[in-house]
Parts: sequence; C-alpha cells; structure tokens
Amino acid sequence: MTERGDRRRRIVGAALSGARSGALSGARRRLGALVLPALALVSALAVGGLVIVVSDPDALDAWGSFFTDPGRALGESASVVAGAYRALFESSLGSTRAIARTLREATPLLFAGLSVALAFRAGLFNIGAAGQLMVGAASAAYVGFTYELGAFVHLPLALAAGFAGGALWGGIAGLLKARTGAHEVITTIMGNFIALRLLDFALTTEAFQRPGRSDPITEPVAESARLQEVSRSFPVTWGLFLALASAALLWWLLERSTIGFRIRAVGANPAAARYAGMGVGATYLLSMGLAGGLAGLAGTVNVLGVPSFSLTPGYYQFIGFDAIALALLGRARPAGVVAAAVLFGVLRAGATGMQAATDTPVDIIVVIQALVIVFVAAPALVRAIWRVRTVRGAPGTAEGQAFTTNWGAS
Amino acid sequence: MALAAVMIVAFGFGSGADQDSTLVLNPRNPSVEVPDVTVPSRAAPMALGVVCALIGGVGLARGYRRRPYLALGVVLVLFIAALLIWAARGDDTNVLGLLTGTVRRSVPLALGALCGVLCERAGVVNIAIEGMMLSAAFTGALVASAAGMVWAGMAGGIAVGALLGLAFAALSIRYTVDQIVGGTVINIFALGITSFLTARVLVEYEDLNQPGSFGTIDIPLLARIPVLGPLLFQHTIYVYLMVGLALSVSYALYRTRWGLRVRAVGEHPRAADTAGINVTRTRYRAVVLGGGVAGLAGTFFSLDSAGSFQENMTAGRGFIALAALIFGRWDPLGALGAAMLFGFAEELQGRLALLDTPIPSEFLLMTPYIVTIFVVAGLVGRARPPAADGQPYVTS
Repeated sequence: MTERGDRRRRIVGAALSGARSGALSGARRRLGALVLPALALVSALAVGGLVIVVSDPDALDAWGSFFTDPGRALGESASVVAGAYRALFESSLGSTRAIARTLREATPLLFAGLSVALAFRAGLFNIGAAGQLMVGAASAAYVGFTYELGAFVHLPLALAAGFAGGALWGGIAGLLKARTGAHEVITTIMGNFIALRLLDFALTTEAFQRPGRSDPITEPVAESARLQEVSRSFPVTWGLFLALASAALLWWLLERSTIGFRIRAVGANPAAARYAGMGVGATYLLSMGLAGGLAGLAGTVNVLGVPSFSLTPGYYQFIGFDAIALALLGRARPAGVVAAAVLFGVLRAGATGMQAATDTPVDIIVVIQALVIVFVAAPALVRAIWRVRTVRGAPGTAEGQAFTTNWGAS
Repeated sequence: MALAAVMIVAFGFGSGADQDSTLVLNPRNPSVEVPDVTVPSRAAPMALGVVCALIGGVGLARGYRRRPYLALGVVLVLFIAALLIWAARGDDTNVLGLLTGTVRRSVPLALGALCGVLCERAGVVNIAIEGMMLSAAFTGALVASAAGMVWAGMAGGIAVGALLGLAFAALSIRYTVDQIVGGTVINIFALGITSFLTARVLVEYEDLNQPGSFGTIDIPLLARIPVLGPLLFQHTIYVYLMVGLALSVSYALYRTRWGLRVRAVGEHPRAADTAGINVTRTRYRAVVLGGGVAGLAGTFFSLDSAGSFQENMTAGRGFIALAALIFGRWDPLGALGAAMLFGFAEELQGRLALLDTPIPSEFLLMTPYIVTIFVVAGLVGRARPPAADGQPYVTS
C-alpha cells in the first residue's frame, strides 16, 4: 500500500473508531479489556524469568555447555524459573493464610495508590504520598496511644486523625499551588523530607517516645484503637474493607458528583475550567487535601492494624513511590488501582517466600512490577510481541490517557 | 502575591536574626593563610536583620516592581549567613569547606537537571533521571572494576544512560506511552534490576565492586588563588565537566541551529514540522543525549569518592534534580544555579548536624527544605514550561 493511501486509511480509521467502539457489545468490550493486561502480565513474567536465568550461576553454567548439551541448559533454566515462580505464588495465593497476607500487603498500597490517582485526575503530580503517609500515621498513632477510650469512639477518632494529618500535609502543597503557583512536584518532595525530619524529632520527644526506651520508637497503639482481624482463620483487618470502601467512594466522587466533575475539568484544562467559572485554586486545595488524607490513611491502617502497632523513623515511606506506580498502572481509575494494588500485594507477599525457598533476591519483583507497567502502558508493544489484534477503543487500553497535560502549567 | 511571600521570608529571617548569641565565624584555608574572619555573634545577625528589613521596607514601599528576584536573593543569602553565624556561636565553622562541599554535592543535581533541560526543551518530560543515574552508577562501578580503569566506568555509565534514554524515547515517542508512565517505569526498573544484580552478583564477587575513584585535578595557577582556588579549581573532573556542560548546553540551545530546532520542537512541534524539522528525530536525539548526561551524573555516585556501588545510592536525587530543573525555569544556567542551592542545602544539613545548637537538630535539618518551599512559592511562582512539554507528537 502506498504511504499516502495508508495515511488516509488511518485518518478514516481514527474518525470511525469512536463510533465503532460505541457499537460494540459490552461483553466483548469487557473481554477485550482483559486480554491486554493478561498478556502484559505474562510478558512481564517471561522477561523476569529471563533475568532470573541470566543471573543464576547454575543455569549459566548449564548454558556454558549449550552446544554439547542443549537439553540440560534449557532444563536447568526452566527449573530455576519455575521453582522461583512456584514459591512466589505459593506464598501469596497458595493458601488462605497466604491470600490474607497478600491482602494485608495490598491494603496500604491501595490507599496510597488512590491518593496519587486522585491527584492525577486533578492534573497534579503527588510525589508526596510518603510524607503525607508519615504525618498521617503519626497523628493516628498519637491519638491511638495517648487516650484511653471505648473502641467505638477511639478507633474512628484515630482514623480521623490519620486522615486529617495526611490531609493537612497534602493541603499545604495544594494551598501553595493555589495561592502562589508553586509547583507541586517541588513542594511535595520537600514535604517528604520535612515530614521525615519531623517524625525523627517527634520520636525523641516525651509525647511520642516509648518510656524506658532509648531508641526512637513509640508506644504501641491502645487495644481500643486497633483495627481488628476479620476472623482468626482469615487474618485480614477491617482496614482492607475501609480501603475498598474508599475506592468505591472515590469512584462515586469522581464520576458521579459535581465536585468530581470540577476536579476532572480542572485536570483536563485549568484555563477552560476557570473560564467556566470554576474555582481552580479551591479545586487544587481540595484535591491535594483529599489525596493527602488518603495517603495518611495508608499509614494509619498500618500503624493501627499491623502487629508492633508502633512508629519507627521513616515509617513506611517506601510506599510513596509504589503509589505512583499503582496509580499509573490503574490508569488513575479507582477500580484499576484496586486491581494494581492486589497485583503488587501478590508480588510483595510472595517475594519473601520466594527468596527463602529459592534464593532469588526479592528485588526481582520490582523488576516485574516495572515490566508489567510498561507492557500495560504500551499496548502497541504487547500487540507487536503477541501479534494480536485487540478490540479498538476497549476500556483499559485507552492509549493517549495523558497524565502530563498539566505539567508545570497552572 | 509574590510580595506577600517575600514578606514572609523577610520576617522569618528577621526573627531568626534576633536570636542572641556569642560566636565566631571562621573561614579557614589549609594551604594559603587567610585570616580568620571573626564577627561578633550578636551584632552581626542583628545588622544583617536590619539590612533585610530595609530591603523589605523599600520593596514594600515601591511594590517590588523592579528586580524582585535580586532583593529576595540577597535576603536569602543574608538569612543563611545569619543562621550560620548563630549556629556556630562560640565555636568556629569552616565556611570554605561548606562551600567546597556545596560545589561537589551539586554535581549530580546539576547534571541531572541538565538532562532534564535537554529532554524537556524538546518536549519530553523526563522523570526517569533518577533511574538513569542509578543504572549508570551501577554500571560505572561494575565496568570500572572489571576493566580496572575509572574512565571505562564513566564511559560505560554514559553508554547505559544513553541506552535508557533511547528506551525512554522509544516508549514515549514511538509507542506514545505517557511520558510520566515511561519515566516511572524506568525508575522502578532501574531500582529493581540494580538491587537484584547487587544481591546476586556484587555481593558474591566483591572485587567487581571496587572501581577506585577519580582523583582531584588542580587547575595550574588558578588553584593557588586563596579561597577561590580550593573552592573552584581543586576538584575532580566532574566539577569541571558540570560547568563545561552547563555552559555548552546553554550555548547550544540559544546560539546554534540545533538548539533553535530543539526549542521549536518543544514549543510548537506542528509548526516545527511544517518548517521542515524532523520532530521525531530531534526528540530522539535530545533524549538520548540527555540520557548520556544523566549517565555521567550517575557515575559520579560510584566513581567520584564513594569508590563502590550501594543499593539505591542515588536516594531520590534524581527528583531533586527535577526540582532544580523547574526551579531553574528550564534553563541550563538556571538549573546549575538551582542545583547549587540544593547542593548547599544538602551540605548545610550535614554540617548543622555537627554543630551544637539549642534547637533540635531535626529542625535545623529541615530548614533547607522549608526555605526551598518559600523560595519556590515566592520567587519562582508560576514557572512556565515549554509549551509542548509532555505531549506526544502524532502526525495525522
């Protein structure tokens, strides 16, 4: 086909794709939406397996004699990879306890992912989930171990404090953006560092430090403020359901409410939103406040729900960057973030088991996480590898979902 | 609005200056004898405070119409000087060491920000600086150890940075993956793969993580100037490369045909395309070049002084570089200046932690970040990125 004809076809195709996707049956569309992520996961696991083989001494040794004994090389490689992945899945999905462990890992990830996702929808890049998480966790823990109250009052109070702490920390960045135009990337990064130091300091004060201890650790949260386990045989705390409820609520807020419409409008085009009479600054403040609150809850469900029930320096700050990955993987949609959080939970819960069983370093899961994201984000890449034609316009494959439209502009 | 922020900074400074104390300021120089400067600890900050208040007052009266940045900059410098004098009261503090450390620490930040300048001026948002630096730091250590030459390590690091730049360019330009997504992927991937390989390879074969390090190069004559010599002309190759690259990128962007094209592509790709510029190729080149610069920045971590690679040794500096890029308003020299400021903040932390002050050290440690927020809120305000930054260019 000539280049010109090809081009014309593409223009027509682009013009028609909207109409065509509307005509598709819902079921087929939903199926189409699942094909690519599944293939993406398979591709990521395959490349991850390659990395395991390349770095495994035994397998490499076998490859050294590939030409004399190709069967051994392939067999050795296959057994190394299969062993690692079997251990990974057994300790994340293999039993009820393993599944509970996965869900426990997923809970704070879900909150943090929702936080970044919400900010994305308002056109803001929240790198500050780590700081908001630490401030939130510290507020919740303080309420948790300072007061003695009935569980019906104490727990909600601690949760509210966690949300408020995070919301305050996120809100500062939102306020600065709204009032002075200070870029949220800078202010949230700085907020992370400040929160880190603030926590360091708090852990040396009388109000926080556990009496009789010289190392920086708080008292454990009182029994009445802890998130209880659902049942003994399925040790998941109520925090999980809180996270799922938050995801549902966020979906409603974003897709069905006036406030959500305003958030999305500002995210899509702040100038147009302002012209339409919306308060862009107020929306920034609200979005960052809510995002911060969600990140604060990520820390809160941990400190109120994970044994030890106490804070240490740099508490769970590593989740801050996972949160960005989760929001991207979930395409800034609450449902997508839920799925992404479960996936990361599986990898996280399985990694330790894998390392114990097969000596494969836990860090391989980080590689797999990155690969999953790249394959999900680049459907064209997956199509090129697997040579599949997917349903055009299927949800979840939306190419051109832009997170960067607002980069730096305000 | 900027006025309000300026006022806050001036006020914050003013109260800081009123702290009473007894102290000595002591710049020292090991090679050439420079007299120590001793200032009265109470009067000096007071005087600085008065100057600041004057600047603030004049600014208020005249509405900061002219040169608001200059006034704010001066206030900031005075504030830091007062802070130092106060923190070191009764003691001495080596200001020269502080400044020299600043220059050194700003190297990866400045080079990282330069990478950002190259990419973003061409319209590609690059948040993968962190990942590129980390991978290059790892490769630098590995190659230098294997080859027994630090230069080989540097070359290897640059190559890996450029390679990741190519991968990033392919993702964001060829596959039109959202650039934030692509950048995040590279960051996560780099963290995962370097940690994985460290656990798998470097721990087992320790001699693969002994790259040695670059020595100091004294510039003849210039290095012997008192104060300025040790400050600017007794460094490793990286400091000279940093300054050289910042100047040449600045020249290339604003004074050459290539630079004009890069900027055109970043501001209005369609217009550039119409004028006959190959948008895709220009972006590819800029991103790969940027990747190489980030790679160079990465090798600084393992080859400048550390002499080995550690897991996640860049520790978020790629993001500080990103902040420096925005702070420097997408300009090479602005980025260099911003990187210096952040480098100063980093160095100041380490030193303040050593000094004995009545304020808990944690609060002193967070001062640089708070100052940065104030500066960004008041000084930079609404920074304007290249118009087409972050948008894939698709011909239809």
